[in-house]
Amino acid sequence: MVKQWFKSGSPWIWMTGGAVSISLISVLGLLAMIAWKGLSFFWPSEVVQFELEGSISKQTVIGEVYDRELVPKTRLAATGIDVSGFEKEEIERLLIKTGNREYVDLDFRWILETDIKNKTTPATLAVFERSKNGNFYGYVESVIKDGKPVEGDKIEALHELVERAVDLNDEALDLQNGDIGHINYELERLRLKEKGYLLDNALTDERVAELAQERAELRAQYGVLEKDLFALRKQAKRDHVTVKDMRGEVVTIPMYQVLDVWFPNDMGFFAKLGHYFVQLGKFVSDDPREANTEGGVFPAIFGTVFMVMLMAVIVTPFGVVAAIYLHEYAAKNAVTKMIRIAVINLAGVPSIVYGVFGLGFFVYMLGGSLDQLFYPEAAPTPVFGTPGVMWSALTLAILTLPVVIVSTEEGLSRIPSTVRDGSLALGATKVETLWRIIIPMASPAIMTGLILAVARAAGEVAPLMLVGVVKMAPTLPLDGNFPYFHLDRKFMHLGFHIYDVGFQSPNVEAARPLVYATAFLLVSVIITLNITAIGIRNHLREKFRSLEH
Amino acid sequence: MTSNPNKPTFNTDRSRLFKDRFAKFGITAGGIMVLVALLLIFFYLLYVVQPIFESAKVEKRDSFQVANSQQIAGLGVEEQTEVAYLLSQQGQVDFYSVQDGSFGKKLKTLNAELPSDATSFATSAPFQGHYAFGLKDGTVMVVAPKFLVTFPNNERKLTPRLDFPLGEMALEVDEQGAAIKRFAFSHYEDRTAVVALTEDKRVLFSSFVAEENMFTGEVEWVVERTELDVEGRVDELLMSPDTTRTFVRSANQVYVYDTRDPSDVEQIQLLSANEENANIVSAQLLAGANSLMLANDNGEVSQWFEVNTDTGREYQKIRSFETTKQSKLNVFTEFYRRTFFTTSSNGELGVYYTTSEAKLWQGKVSEGAIQNFAISPRSNAALILADNKLTVLEIHNEHPEVTWSALWQEVWYEGYPEPGYIWQSTSASDDFESKFSLVPISFGTLKAALYAMLFAVPIALSAAIYTAYFMSSKLRKVVKPTVEIMEALPTVILGFLAGLWLAPLIEEHLPAIVGLLILLPLGMLATGLAWTKLPTKIRHRIPEGSHSIILIPVVLLIGWFSFAMSEFVELWMFDGNVRQYLTNELGMTFDQRNSLVVGIAMGFAVIPTIFSIAEDAVFSVPKHLSNGSLALGATQWQTLIRVVLLTASPGIFSAVMMGLGRAVGETMIVLMATGNTPIMDWSIFQGMRTLAANIAVEMPESEVGSSHYRILFLAAFVLFIFTFIFNTVAEFVRQQLREKYSSM
Repeated sequence: MVKQWFKSGSPWIWMTGGAVSISLISVLGLLAMIAWKGLSFFWPSEVVQFELEGSISKQTVIGEVYDRELVPKTRLAATGIDVSGFEKEEIERLLIKTGNREYVDLDFRWILETDIKNKTTPATLAVFERSKNGNFYGYVESVIKDGKPVEGDKIEALHELVERAVDLNDEALDLQNGDIGHINYELERLRLKEKGYLLDNALTDERVAELAQERAELRAQYGVLEKDLFALRKQAKRDHVTVKDMRGEVVTIPMYQVLDVWFPNDMGFFAKLGHYFVQLGKFVSDDPREANTEGGVFPAIFGTVFMVMLMAVIVTPFGVVAAIYLHEYAAKNAVTKMIRIAVINLAGVPSIVYGVFGLGFFVYMLGGSLDQLFYPEAAPTPVFGTPGVMWSALTLAILTLPVVIVSTEEGLSRIPSTVRDGSLALGATKVETLWRIIIPMASPAIMTGLILAVARAAGEVAPLMLVGVVKMAPTLPLDGNFPYFHLDRKFMHLGFHIYDVGFQSPNVEAARPLVYATAFLLVSVIITLNITAIGIRNHLREKFRSLEH
Repeated sequence: MTSNPNKPTFNTDRSRLFKDRFAKFGITAGGIMVLVALLLIFFYLLYVVQPIFESAKVEKRDSFQVANSQQIAGLGVEEQTEVAYLLSQQGQVDFYSVQDGSFGKKLKTLNAELPSDATSFATSAPFQGHYAFGLKDGTVMVVAPKFLVTFPNNERKLTPRLDFPLGEMALEVDEQGAAIKRFAFSHYEDRTAVVALTEDKRVLFSSFVAEENMFTGEVEWVVERTELDVEGRVDELLMSPDTTRTFVRSANQVYVYDTRDPSDVEQIQLLSANEENANIVSAQLLAGANSLMLANDNGEVSQWFEVNTDTGREYQKIRSFETTKQSKLNVFTEFYRRTFFTTSSNGELGVYYTTSEAKLWQGKVSEGAIQNFAISPRSNAALILADNKLTVLEIHNEHPEVTWSALWQEVWYEGYPEPGYIWQSTSASDDFESKFSLVPISFGTLKAALYAMLFAVPIALSAAIYTAYFMSSKLRKVVKPTVEIMEALPTVILGFLAGLWLAPLIEEHLPAIVGLLILLPLGMLATGLAWTKLPTKIRHRIPEGSHSIILIPVVLLIGWFSFAMSEFVELWMFDGNVRQYLTNELGMTFDQRNSLVVGIAMGFAVIPTIFSIAEDAVFSVPKHLSNGSLALGATQWQTLIRVVLLTASPGIFSAVMMGLGRAVGETMIVLMATGNTPIMDWSIFQGMRTLAANIAVEMPESEVGSSHYRILFLAAFVLFIFTFIFNTVAEFVRQQLREKYSSM
């Protein structure tokens, strides 16, 4: 019976079916895991107070349970822990995020389950999100407003003062990046202008005076703004809060360092949900802090979107024209064959090769020449002769060219030839047919190609590492300073952010949830783009199928 | 063109025709652009790579007469080859301009004002720029020609001067005051060491340390002297720039002294260093001073350096170079690189690079014998003194260390016990020699691709076959895009998961991975067998072609079981720690980020590529072929194997090729999921460094135009060619297949 079953070949069918199951499980499992890990990070988990004693001296540990795992007794013994008292073969241990980075050696620590003597979740435990040194966990002792402790409802006063400090900080930051940044930018432009005159031997006394006057004006403005800035900062420094930490010591935290405060053990489900969305919003809209391991990813989102849009503007005309050539004009000859092979190869060449080419050809050769021609006054600082967002967009445009070509060509081939013949028979020229009939009909296919190209470009990291991405860009490639688009600037990118924070940061453990969150963001954008593209394509297929009959 | 299409247009036919022509021209140009882009990449990479394979060039620039040429003891040239200087045996230093426009003009003459007559002359290692005179009264005087650089009116102006780096007092080498016949010296940090042969044939080693007197503030020399025991005549003395080694050549023998501690000078080796049937004529230390170059009278120059042996570090002959068979063979070395030059009596100059064993250039540069030679600090010019003339040579020798054989063959580097394939591009030390072997990183690329393919090909092909041939079309519409969406997943995310999630997971649960490999196929078979035992009623309720849906819970269960069992298996069989077991019992090193992790992660990246193309190939096999086979009584499986797969095999081949192309060039996954160490080991538990990851790591730091930069471009070029071949072959096969199907 079994022998016959094997002879029939159905075991092999089961095996091949199993391969499909494995593929499906891994795809869906992977996506689900990224989504779970990325999204659960923002949920305010409860803060636990542990009383520990056993393999370590008696102490209190306060923190969030970050991870748990089972460890065999033998492995614990190898690390020098006395395991003689343990009954079970495997001991559970917990990874606790204790925060309070400046007061303890490590803000993450493993504790053994057997050491836990008592475990409580007091409602008065507060979590402080700070602009420096990460989170702080502890009990609020007193709130000091303008040097005097607040009487009455401490917590309400605390929330109020935190909000005030955050507002003041925001205002100061706006001032610093906005108006003061603008003045610095203008001063730099004046310096370059002067150097430019000097190089052209056109620096007349008149011009010197003019420049000096402009400079003086800017400096005067700067002085006023600087005073405002200092005043704001001083105001922000007014209040403090004192907190009792897990060592039992009372620590003073200046209010201007506090970004937010919450009491997770005292929150109901809806309060937590509200907090969750607030945190999610901050992640998307804030700047990163603490060497990118905390805060948001706004500049990375902005950089990615900006670069990808720039790339789309470059790649679309070329891709569409090439596809039209291949489908409508190309004769069946050797050149066409070679172009097709070129398209296939452009799609297959490793992305890092594009990066190398982009660095050598665009950045050093083209960029270097541009600098010599148009920006002699900036030397020796390169303007375009250094990696930047424009070169990144150009490099990725070549990389994604085949995607647009293949997709557009597919769309063109689905348009029934009767449509073309009809137009030509009515006396239209070929280009008129193309412009009025074919391209409008193929536009969803072009759109599909463009979306797929954008999705591909958004996820590509390797070439960008060579041609323009940086871990921390002080300015965005688009701002309020003339000429508004700064194509020479370096930019941040979500994919590179994942690589950088996950692998180059000093505190990988602390940064890991943030990396998952960023990864989820990137994956969801790319999957959405792809599904949209597939949807458009399918819709198009249906449409033309009905046209043929 | 932008007018309202509803309104009749009044364009003349001519302008419409022109527009049509113009558009045709423009669109054709746009289409050709694609080809141009690919060619541009190809030729640009080639253009950057090409200079490293050019051999050196030496050109005569100009020469001028030198009056007292027989008196010249030493020469040198300033960094930008603007001023040359000649030191005479009497301590006179003449500065000449060697710039175009004022070539040969004497700029200045300075005098060292030696306290007594000079009896000998020596130069330091080229990069130190010191020259010294041995005097009749047993003392040594060290001088250094220097240039003060100023920029009056934005022009570079050089003012020559003569420095006395050890003070204007001569160093007392011999207390007995015998004249110095030969000597070698070096000034390193606060120590100056001199080894000297006196007129009465004693060989003295002396070390001078300047110490400031705490009370008077005067600098005093703390001197230690040792007499070295050398038999026979002394032909040559050499000292390494850091003063740790001193060499005394006596005819064909070289005494090697350890002079690290001046109070305990020790002879560590006595080399019989001549080539067979030849005698040594001169010796020199290579830049970095770990190598001794010995020239023989049969024209062979041999390189010796210290190698770790069973009996400690010993000088060994590493390689030799055939140079010219002329007398008066002399060896000169460069400032920083391992290039050396040979000069001879008939005016022939040879340029060689030691490590790459390359003869870079050879040719005649003067009529008579070359009396003296000096290389410029930037190694782009040289001075030769011959025929009473000083000639300036221009040397183009940017990448002597790179040759085709050095990139792909074993090379014996200084300090290594044996030749090897080594990639080590940078280091903190100055006299470090870059080691550029593409073998370990190419090996890493192939290894990573191989493990990825081992993982991906069985799964992807099986899944493709099932999806295309057995699966119900409803299910297929969902499954295919789901697997293909993985192709869109950024590799940086796969790499990040591999490095931070999968690698620790595998490390913790190694038995689970092995368990999965065994249990998954068994579990699938068992499910299949169990299925046949089910009552037909239930079986008929489930539509044909849903095997994979039935198997999903099975696979999940087996997965859970494997991981749950892992701990117990580990405790039971491996004392609770597989890693330790591997290291101690099997002697295997275990890296957390290893080939297994890369194989799985990159496998996932490759699966959708292979799956998608192979599925298309199988699916588009004409239905009448399989129907015919089935009608003749073959089973489903027989039809698949004998008819469908056979017909689709070129397509499957092309799918695998495409997958391989992708695996070879993948960057982010290998960058993040391996340790990026360029080792050559097939072990599945060790990492690797691939061409692509290597470029990503090192490119941002490499200096534009340097050998390192160009070699990274070469790596990119190699990748380009690799993938070009894979893709073109795959595409070609696919085209053939398409034509075949259309004729069926």
